[in-house]
Amino acid sequence: MFLEITSFLAATGGAISTEGMAKPDLHVIDWTIMAIYLAFVLGIGFALKKYMNSAEDFFLSGRSIPGWVCGLAFISANLGAQELLGMAASGAEYGIMTSHFYWVGAIPAMVFLGIFMMPMYYGSKAKSVPEYLKMRYNEPTRVFNSVSFAFMTVASSGISMHALADLMHALLGWNYYACLVVTSVIVLAYVLKGGLSSAIYNEVLQFFMIVFGIAPLAYIALKDVGGWDGLTAKLQASQHLGEGAMHSWAQTGGTDNPMGVQWYGILFGLGFVLSFGYWTTNFAEVQRALAANSMGAARRTPIIGAIPKMLFPAIVILPGMIAWALTSDANPGYSIPLKEGAPNYNQVLPSMIFHYFPNGLLGLALTALMASFMSGMAANVTAFNTVWTYDLYKTMKPNQTDKQLLSMGKYATVFGIVAAMGFALVASRWNNIMSILQLVFGFVNAPLFATFLLGMFTRRSNGVGSFWGLVIGTSTAVLFHGATFATNNAFGVKGGWLALIGVPAEKLIQYPKEMSQNFWIAIVAFSTTFLVNAVLSMATKRTKSDEELRGLVYSLTPKHVDENEPWILRPAVLGSIVMVAVIVLNFIFW
Amino acid sequence: MDLRLPIGYVFTIYGVMLTGYGAFTKSDAMYAKSLGMNINLIWGVIMLVFGLVMLFFAKKAGKGA
Repeated sequence: MFLEITSFLAATGGAISTEGMAKPDLHVIDWTIMAIYLAFVLGIGFALKKYMNSAEDFFLSGRSIPGWVCGLAFISANLGAQELLGMAASGAEYGIMTSHFYWVGAIPAMVFLGIFMMPMYYGSKAKSVPEYLKMRYNEPTRVFNSVSFAFMTVASSGISMHALADLMHALLGWNYYACLVVTSVIVLAYVLKGGLSSAIYNEVLQFFMIVFGIAPLAYIALKDVGGWDGLTAKLQASQHLGEGAMHSWAQTGGTDNPMGVQWYGILFGLGFVLSFGYWTTNFAEVQRALAANSMGAARRTPIIGAIPKMLFPAIVILPGMIAWALTSDANPGYSIPLKEGAPNYNQVLPSMIFHYFPNGLLGLALTALMASFMSGMAANVTAFNTVWTYDLYKTMKPNQTDKQLLSMGKYATVFGIVAAMGFALVASRWNNIMSILQLVFGFVNAPLFATFLLGMFTRRSNGVGSFWGLVIGTSTAVLFHGATFATNNAFGVKGGWLALIGVPAEKLIQYPKEMSQNFWIAIVAFSTTFLVNAVLSMATKRTKSDEELRGLVYSLTPKHVDENEPWILRPAVLGSIVMVAVIVLNFIFW
Repeated sequence: MDLRLPIGYVFTIYGVMLTGYGAFTKSDAMYAKSLGMNINLIWGVIMLVFGLVMLFFAKKAGKGA
């Protein structure tokens, strides 16, 4: 969520306006579709209640869930409403280059997580990502990570909640506060009743809702624009995207492409640092795999998720690109709504839906948006209550009984949702908070990934190096953000703030687009953390012996035996197939 | 709980609803939006098939256990 949020917020700062959009009429059929969905979501929560007997059941689903369910939940957890809106928005803004978020970013990262990192995550029996950091490094590293993670999950749930309520209010005239309360109470109810299992099972239902609700859009819109050839002709004739619209790599020799970044910035910044950082260390994701019923299923979780994820550009990015093609076309018909004279990219997806979908399908699509919001929200809440209970509460107060932990988990769920609502209200008053939070997410992600790489793949990296690496790497990211800015952006939350405290503006580094600036901040933060961690670890004594690192470091972890599984299901085989497919996709859309 | 069961039910219900609604509103002016295609009918049938396939596999697995 933290990664894709970038494009959503970059376009408008999160504000949504209805300027230039007609409000559609909803009929009984649309309302019935929504009501049925809500009934099933709650029903799943209540049906799972009887399995919630211990804290382990509530927080980890008792490690009992089949791999395909975890796999779909894994991608659904990241499919919040902002991702859908943001990816369609980016499709319109950056053309086919948006696919890098998937084909260079998410997919390779998910395969890497499944093949190389999951043996340590799942095998160590850690209940959370911070707990792994405690096992591998030390308590301060764990606290640093759990505090920043807990804050981020609550804040991003709040932002997501605000975005949904704002959207429903703007598009359908629903009451903002009613939207906020109703959606949160439903998420609260099914998470409280069925814990992580309920969140995961519902995420799979939500995954199918999202696919079925949004997929017809690409089909109808592509037909309208005159097929792939019509789309290509119109986009390449358009001023704003031009030749680069239909190429993901061909134009990346320099910065003269829609994203304003060279191929190595994409590979290293977006691919290696940001995407690997997000997908492999974000507990809201990793938690889905930890709930799997075996090591094999846990390792397959992200790899299975990668298969549908690979095809998502077709249903979210493609409609965005078509929206721009139709807008730049002289014929009357669909055009992207404007906000103060500029295209309001965040409205691309809903406005396309309203333009093409008749009643019936319209209700299904709105339900899909609601489902996407709930899946993102529940993923954050279940991750928050686990980190809160095991990594913060239990650290402060050891010797808690299972029953006490379980009830703490339930309090934390309520608290997490209430705090998120508070954040939503703050965000609705003060739009800048979103840009600031987006920055915080960016600063935390890249250093954490460097820490994990060294921690999981070297024995020498130690507690001193990891803690100071995180602290110094994160601060460097903050400073570098102050020293860089994107063309046309004012100094302040979008970067370049050093100019405001006396540094001459001409000394700052300028990037053609905010996107390229973000990538380079991540690269600098990652490299700094990596170096500091490596140097300090070499300069100080090892804090853990080989014996203590057994099962936590790759070379000291027993190899997962998968010879008794059908060959197609072995993680290395399945992962290789996915990688070949994604490389082929990159070449097709070169 | 076999998750295929609730998913199967949801999409079977949606499939029946949209197919029926599509058939009922066959020549409605609102299909001008979807380029003259009765997309409710088309998509309803697709969802119905998906729902039934899910139910079929859930029942089959249920019998085996």
